[in-house]
Formats: sequence, structure tokens, C-alpha cells
Amino acid sequence: MQDILDKLEERRESARKGGGEARINAQHSKGKLTARERIELLVDEGSFEEYDMFKEHRSIDFGMEKHKIAGDGVVIGSGTVNGRLIFVYSQDFTVFGGSLSETHAEKICKIMHMAMKSGAPIIGINDSGGARIQEGVAALAGYADVFQMNILASGVVPQISLIMGPCAGGAVYSPAMTDFIFMVQDSSYMFVTGPDVVKTVTNEVVTQEELGGATTHTVKSGVADNAYENDLEAIKQTRRLIDFMPLNNREKPPTRQVFDDHKREEESLDSLIPDNPNKPYDMHELIRKTVDEGDFFEIQPSFAKNIITGFGRVEGSTVGFVANQPMVLAGCLDNDASRKAARFVRYCDCFNIPIVTFVDVPGFLPGTAQEYNGIIKHGAKLLFAYGEATVPKITVITRKAYGGAYDVMASKHLRGDLNFAWPTAEIAVMGAEGAVKIIFREDAKDEKKLAAKTQEYSDKFANPFVAARRGYIDDVIMPHATRRRISRGLRMLKNKELKNPWKKHDNIPL
Amino acid sequence: MFNKILIANRGEIACRVIKTAKKMGIPTVAVYSDADVDALHVRMADEKVHIGPSPAIESYLVIDKIIDAAIRTGADAIHPGYGFLSENAEFCKRLEKEGITFIGPGTQAIEVMGDKISSKKLAEKAGVNTIPGHLDVIKDAEEAVKVANNIGYPVMLKASAGGGGKGMRVVYNDAEASEGFNSAVHEAKSSFGDDRVFAEKFIENPRHIEIQVLGDKHGNVIYLAERECSIQRRHQKVIEEAPSSLLTMETRVSMGTQSIALSKAVDYSSAGTVEFIVDKDQNFYFLEMNTRLQVEHPVTELVTGVDLVEQMIRSAAGEPLNIKQEDVMVNGWAIEARVYAEDPLRGFLPSIGRITDYIPPEENEHIRVDSGIFEGCDISIYYDPMISKVISYGEDRDQAIDKLRLALDEYYIRGVGHNIAFLSDVLKSPRFRSGDISTKYIEEEYKDGFTGGTLSLEAWNVMVAVAVTVHSCEVGRQSTISGRMNENASSFSETWHVLIEGEIQTANFLMTNEGCNVITGGIIYSVETLWVPGNPVFSAKINGDQVHVEVTYLADGYLLTYDGASEIIHVRGKREMELSALMPVKVPKDMSKYLQCPMPGLMVSVDVREGDNVSMGQPLCVVEAMKMENVLRAERDGTVVKICAAAGDSLAVDEIIMEFE
Repeated sequence: MQDILDKLEERRESARKGGGEARINAQHSKGKLTARERIELLVDEGSFEEYDMFKEHRSIDFGMEKHKIAGDGVVIGSGTVNGRLIFVYSQDFTVFGGSLSETHAEKICKIMHMAMKSGAPIIGINDSGGARIQEGVAALAGYADVFQMNILASGVVPQISLIMGPCAGGAVYSPAMTDFIFMVQDSSYMFVTGPDVVKTVTNEVVTQEELGGATTHTVKSGVADNAYENDLEAIKQTRRLIDFMPLNNREKPPTRQVFDDHKREEESLDSLIPDNPNKPYDMHELIRKTVDEGDFFEIQPSFAKNIITGFGRVEGSTVGFVANQPMVLAGCLDNDASRKAARFVRYCDCFNIPIVTFVDVPGFLPGTAQEYNGIIKHGAKLLFAYGEATVPKITVITRKAYGGAYDVMASKHLRGDLNFAWPTAEIAVMGAEGAVKIIFREDAKDEKKLAAKTQEYSDKFANPFVAARRGYIDDVIMPHATRRRISRGLRMLKNKELKNPWKKHDNIPL
Repeated sequence: MFNKILIANRGEIACRVIKTAKKMGIPTVAVYSDADVDALHVRMADEKVHIGPSPAIESYLVIDKIIDAAIRTGADAIHPGYGFLSENAEFCKRLEKEGITFIGPGTQAIEVMGDKISSKKLAEKAGVNTIPGHLDVIKDAEEAVKVANNIGYPVMLKASAGGGGKGMRVVYNDAEASEGFNSAVHEAKSSFGDDRVFAEKFIENPRHIEIQVLGDKHGNVIYLAERECSIQRRHQKVIEEAPSSLLTMETRVSMGTQSIALSKAVDYSSAGTVEFIVDKDQNFYFLEMNTRLQVEHPVTELVTGVDLVEQMIRSAAGEPLNIKQEDVMVNGWAIEARVYAEDPLRGFLPSIGRITDYIPPEENEHIRVDSGIFEGCDISIYYDPMISKVISYGEDRDQAIDKLRLALDEYYIRGVGHNIAFLSDVLKSPRFRSGDISTKYIEEEYKDGFTGGTLSLEAWNVMVAVAVTVHSCEVGRQSTISGRMNENASSFSETWHVLIEGEIQTANFLMTNEGCNVITGGIIYSVETLWVPGNPVFSAKINGDQVHVEVTYLADGYLLTYDGASEIIHVRGKREMELSALMPVKVPKDMSKYLQCPMPGLMVSVDVREGDNVSMGQPLCVVEAMKMENVLRAERDGTVVKICAAAGDSLAVDEIIMEFE
């Protein structure tokens, strides 16, 4: 009897070795951890339960029948992060280069299915050479099966992708459909077609790093949400992000012990807005001084920096923050910023995370570059996302809220629950100078008159009270009271109920 | 007494004067420029008057505006603080005409002392030691030897047109004097085309020591002991103390007596300072007299218990001095550190901008903080970038040093760069503690500039204990999250593995009734703290000793700053530490190939194109920061291969602007 039991342990031991010592060393020499080591760091110690450890591929072509390794290049299972359930799959580059076979895909689909049934996040760790080409179309089918699961899981449980090695060709579309993508500097890349194909087709010479490295995707393309120095750092930050996430779309965001007074007032915010309306200031300071303990998890910190998105907590519970950043492009909305914020808002709405919006927006960025690339539809995405969101929405206008951009940024008119403004807010169709130039077009040469009219326009509209008189602003608040007012608002809106009309799904302007 | 005092100044000194005026029950008027609309001194004063645009030349230095403000508010006296109009004889005369009292000495004293030559002559006449020298041109080597013997070795021969050490020779004997003269003349001629050479007594390891005097309008003058201000960086005082660690009682009295003689010679009727240079044998020589309140006056106040501003006000109001020389006692020791908005790691470049976070040290019987700032205010380009002065008081010098180090650790400033680490590094050095200092101290100790404070063994252990406590608190809190499936799950570890400076040590963390214990290297560190996550400064008693450590969370690990040193520390479980060893060591990019933006700013213009060959010193681009245009130049010859920024871009500090080959 004991023999039989021991056999199990032997089999497990062998499966844990993956592609063997040599390949594990090769993996390490590239500065990468193995699939199992990554899981070890991701979940609480001793909490991992592995499934399909003994699964093998069924391919019989090209001698594959002689090469079978238990697990078939992907480790799946469940575990806990700070005690909360998550599901994980981790591709094992030491086994067939982490290539995706029919059975490999089956394992991923299985764990995703379990995640959806159980209502817990799914974390995918990608490190794969691509499709197992010996299997041909079966591998392609496998990819599609995974894609389909990603699609079904979207909005049901949070999906996070870690790119920790190659992720090329069709493989990129699985992470692409998940909620967040983290990459590792220097050891991960993502692209649809690699440098060789690029060279053949377009004659462009480009390195893997330039084409699809962590910097490319976090700064230029916006495909990835953040990049970290190494596997360890990326996994630690993933754990930190998971702590912000509700487990599924039926749950409220988690809460945890907090050491920050929800009534804390920040006198320094009273001087955040510079005297000169054209001088920028760093909106991060307002976010940092609003959230619990100054702890803010920024999403896409290096992409479309004219808008800030990320998670913080108020009274220990997760809140999504969207804020215009006057330091970059004066905080204008452009294509990238609209897409970035729209996706973030929709994520929050999917998972019942209240949204706090800080507004200082002079308008949409003008120019052919923007128009040719479809600012009309991209801008509409953000408008749509805010308008359809039914989670609690609190908006604070700190300074400019001009034109259409005012409407877009979680205004009262898009079912904002609490719309506050600082006394420094200017809610108007446009800046005073521009407005006067249009209204008094005939007096273009009369500088004195224009100056007087600009002053008049500014006195009349460069304040929050015109909007407040109409009820578009619920209250004008002191900057130092921002945290207190937001936390009170969030308490008030805790049981907010709002439903959109029944529909199969909406038709957001993609 | 005065009905109302106007303070013709700004910043910490204006606040300082207002405090004493308040204590004396005298209403105050602040004046302010555009940049100072929301400044602290304006908030503290009873009344405020706007006096114009931000540049001092258009506001704080405009006599008419100050006088107008005084007349409008009915102020019958003006305290000038230091700098600005404090030593302006014209200002004094104008005030006299308007019948407004100047809280300071008489016009004559300001005029005489404001001139280097007349003050020196007067000093000699009053029997004050001046630096022996030969002010006529020396003809030849023979005369040089004679002159040197008259002065007494060591002697410095220096070119009249000299500068930067060129044409200067220090000589210790006749042979050197003769030879040194010839080479100095030669060098002076080739460097400056002017071969005139003079001689002066050379003071070895000179120390800057000054005497605080106090006079009234009835002919009384006393001295309030000395201050030593030898720790200077490029003639800017950095750390000052009272008393001096050098002076004997005999020298002190002798310096004091001469200072009184000098003051009486100009009918000095207020607070003033006589500056001396002192050599290691207690020989002292007059430098100049400052006819105003000094920046470093608080150290004298702390050791003598005299409020110098109050005395100035009383003297100005015509009251006779209420302190007699024999009543002046020096008790204990006081040290002042000047906290500047500057970046010591970048050659002490001024760092301006918004103070986003500001937690000053707690003031008590050992610590005084004189500042004119608050969280959310701006350090502007228009004025001196001093953030504050932290002054410590101790029973003796050692205690004063330790209290000051502690206060500097407690100080938390974000938004602008600051020199706190540098100050801490000076204060903790054994050489400073030994009192072996001179005006060359910083030059000698920081030959290659300041590259960050060194980590002492004691600091090492404190940092490990703090990092382990912080990490344990965080990990403990993480398991309070709602929705847990596994109630026992925690990443808490009985034994943490701590990585600091490339070394790994284990540490155990245990909760106790009083707080917690961190056991590492066989030593128990008992940590008593009220710290909670979110506090940027970890304050605790570790084995009974108070410590303050700045804690910054990184994506992986913590950055701790303590006692002038900053360290990245990782606290990990055993397995995590094992796996972390597999992480690649990334060699930082060789940044010499890049032009990085030295300050946050706006790109005004890029003056070169990709492919251009540039030569050293050639302008590459112009970056505007705080309304100032900074021309960035090539540091060496090379070729521009890539330009990463364009005109109109806003740049972060260290952002890469272009790449060279």
C-alpha cells in the first residue's frame, strides 16, 4: 500500500521538474523564474493546489509521441492571495518552449472555467514560444478556445496577464482581452508579427525590444498597463493589484484595515491651484492626498499621461480614480487619453468599483493628427463609458471644465451622483479669451474693449457658481475638505441602485 | 514703546521678528510681493501691504514702497531683518526724515562698517587685531623676504589680479619666500598680464568666529559671547554653533573686549556682529562688522537666553540695555543647521517648486525651528532658497549635535530637493564632533562633492529593525482583507530575510506587550512605536533610543533614510529571498551618452539636429524652468544620433533629451 502512495509522490516529483534541470538552468540564466517558481511567489505560501499535473499531449506526428512531459507545458491551479481565492495558469518555457498544444489549451480553458464558476480572478502567466507547430490546426483551435474563454470571463471575474517571456503571434490576443497586462523589462515582448517577418514584408529593421518590448507597450502602444524590473517585482505588484479587486462581478470591492482618518483635511490642497491659470500642477498630489495612506496603484502610468487612471482606497475600500493631468498637454483629452480612461471606467463599472473623477480639462486636443485618427469616436468612448456606468460616480472639478470635455468628464448630465467643484473651478464653453474673440469678432482690433470684455466674461463664467445655480454642481467645496466629502459621498452611495434598460449588449463606438 | 512695527522683509526672519513683536504686544505689518501673497509672514502679521512684483528689486528693495507702507499703516518703526535693506544707509536716512524709527544701528555705523577699507582703518584705530599685511607692491625677492619676516610666517604672497589659486604662494621660510615671490610674479604675469604681488599673513586652517554685540542709545555696549560659523560651502554658512569649540575664556574675553571697543567707536546702538578669522593658536583678526541681525542669531539666543530681536526693539525705542556684561552667561551649547532647497547630489543646484509635503521636527526645549514656509507653499526663484533653520540646544556640544541629528531625521520635506542628508552627514562625522573644523572643512571632506551619506553600523541595525517592523505591519494588515477563503493564510514569516547593501541577514519579529522585538545578529532590538502605515516617517524608541527613519515604499522593497544615509532594503521570506537571487543584475545604462534634463521644465528650443557633430560647450537646447531659460551644452565632442524631445515638450528631471555617439 505504502508503495502505491509513494509512487504518487514520485510522479509528482517528476512532473515538478518540468523540462528538466538543464532547461531550468537556461531559464534562470535568462533572468527568468520557472512557471512553478512564479506561482510560488504569486500565491500565499502552501496555498497552491495544482490540477492536471499529469496531463499529456496526444500528438503522434513528427515523433511527438516519444516526447511527453507531464503537465504539457502549463501549470494550472488555485491558490490564495492574502487568503482570497484566485486561479492561475503559468506557461512552462522549459517544456516544449511553453508552446501551446491542444491539451495545453484545454488546461487553460479548464482553469478559466473553474475561475468563472467559483467567481475568482484568473491570473495568466505567459511565457511561450507560440503554437506547437507539430500539432498544426489543433493548436490554433486551442488558441481560439482560450480566446473564447477570455471573452466569456470578461466582466465576470478579473483577468490579469503577466507577460514574462515571449508572447507572439496569435498568442497575444489572449492577454489583449484580459483586464490588465503587466510586462517585465528586458525579458518579455509581445507582437503579432516578429522582426523577421516585418523585415521581409516591409523592409523595416527593428529589434524585438523596439517592436514589442515592455517600454514599447507601456509608453507607445498602451497595450500593457505597467512594466516592472523583474519577475519578482511584477508578481509582487500583481498581488498588490489583486488586493484592490473584487473577486467577481457579483461582489463589492474588498475592504481592509485602514489607518487613515476619513475626515483628514489637507490644508495644502488650498494652494494646489496656481495663481496663473496657465500654470500646470501635478494632479497626482490631489489623488495621493485623497486616498487612504497615500497608496495609489496607477494603471498605465507611462501612456497618455494627460490622464491619470488607477486604484486607491477610501475607508479601506477600493475606488477607481480618473483625473486629468495638467502637467501633460495641459490635461487635454486626446485619442489615447480617451481610450485609456474609457477602458478603465468600464473596468470599474464591471466590478462595482466606485469612480472618483478629478477634472481640469481645457478641452479636446485640436489638430489633424487627432481628427484623422478618429477623436470623434475615441472621445465618444469615454463619454459612453461614463454615461453607461451605474457604479457610484463622484466628480470634483478643480479648475477648468471647458466645452464638450466638461460634459464627458463624469458630469452631472451623465448621471454623476455627486458633482463637486472647488471655488477655483471654471465651468464654461471655453476660456474667456477665446469666447470673447468669437462673441466680439467685429471688435478684433479694439484691444481695450476685448480686454474689458474678457474680464467681464471671466468674472461671469470663470467660476463654479453659474453651474451651481443650475444644479449641475451639487456643492462648491473647499479643496482641503476633498477627502472628507468624497468619503462621505461614498458612504452615502454604498447602496446606490441604478439599472440600464435591458439590452443584449450596448454598441459602444469601438 | 512703538505702536506698530513694519517688517521690511519676508520668509523666516520676518516670521521670527513678528513672533517677538507679538510677545511684546506690538502689532505688526507685513509687506509682500506678488510671489508672497500667501506667504507665512503675511498670514502671521496683523496687517499686510502689497509692495509690488516678485523680483526684490521691484518690491522688498524699493525704499519708497516700504516707507509708503509704513505711513499708510501708521507703523512708527521698521525692522529690516537681514539682507534687503538691513544695511542700507540711504534707507536709514530716509526713515529718519520721515520720523520712523529704524530698528538697527545708526546711519553712521552702517556707513562706516559697510566699507571694507574704512571699517578696517577704524578697527585698527580702536585697537582691534587686523590681518597683518603689506599693502604695497613688493619689488623683488629680497624685499619679499623682508616683508615676510615683518609679518611673521606663514605668509601668503598673492597677485593683485589673482583668483582661482593662481599667482598665490604660501611660504613658511626665507628660502620659500624668495622662490615663491619669483614664481608668483611669473604666474601672475602669464595668467593675468599683471605682475603686481602683495603679501599678507597666512592663516592656517582658519576658523570663522564672530562676536554678537548689543548696544543701546545710551552708550552701553555688551557682547554675548561668540558664534562659530566655520562650516561653510563656498562662503555660504551651513552649520553654526555657540559657543566655539576652539576659544579659551581668555581669547573670548579679548575678542569681546575688542568688539565692544569697535562698537563704541561708531556709537553702536543695536544688535551687531563682529566677524573674526581665528587660527589654531587662538590668534584672531578682524574681518568685518555686520550691522544687523544675523541669520545664525538663534544659537546665541539659546545659550544666553537673550531675545536679540526684543533687545533690538527696546534699544531702538530708546530703552537702556537691561543686561549688564557680568550678567551674560553662556549655558550649554547650541547648533544651527540651515536647510536649503537644493540638490546636494547635483552639485547643490537650487531646487525650486512646491513643497508638497512638509513635516517639521517637533519643537521643544532642545529644538527650535525658524521657518517661513508651510506645506503647499512655493519655494520661488526670486529669493534665497532657504527652507528653514533647525537649531538644537544641549547641555554640551555632544548633546546638541545628537539632538540636531535627531531633529533632521524627523524632518520630512517633499516637492523640492533639500540638503538634510548632507547636514546629517557633516554632523555625524567624528571630525566634526572632535571640533577639528575650519572654513575649509567641506572642501576637504567632500573633495568630489556630496555623493550620499555613509551608512554607519548603528544606522545599519536601526534600518534593519525598522524595515522588518514596517514589513511585518504591512503583511499583518494585508490579511485583514475581506472575502478570505483561507483564514489562516498570510505571508507573515517567523523569520524574515533582510537584504541590505548586498548582504542578507535573518531577523525575527515578535510582538510584545510594549511593542515588538526584532532579533537579528543575536541582538534584540525592542521597538516601541506608534507608527502606522501611511506615515512617511517611522518614529520609534529602539532599545530606548529615539529614532526617526523616513520610509518610502518601492515596487519591491523599501527605501529608508536615516542619519544622512539612504538604503534600499528588502524584507522577504526565505523562499522569496532564494528566488530573488535568480533575478538579473541590471547594469545601469551608461548615461554619459545621453543628455538628460537637469530639472523639470519646458523645452524651448532644440538647437541641433540628428547627425550633427557637436563640440564641447556647444549649446544643444534650451529648457525653461520656473521662467528661467537654461542653455544645456555638450559636455564633450560627439555626434547627435537621436533627439527624443521637441520644442514645447514638458520634461521631467533626468528625462533623456538626446543621445550621442
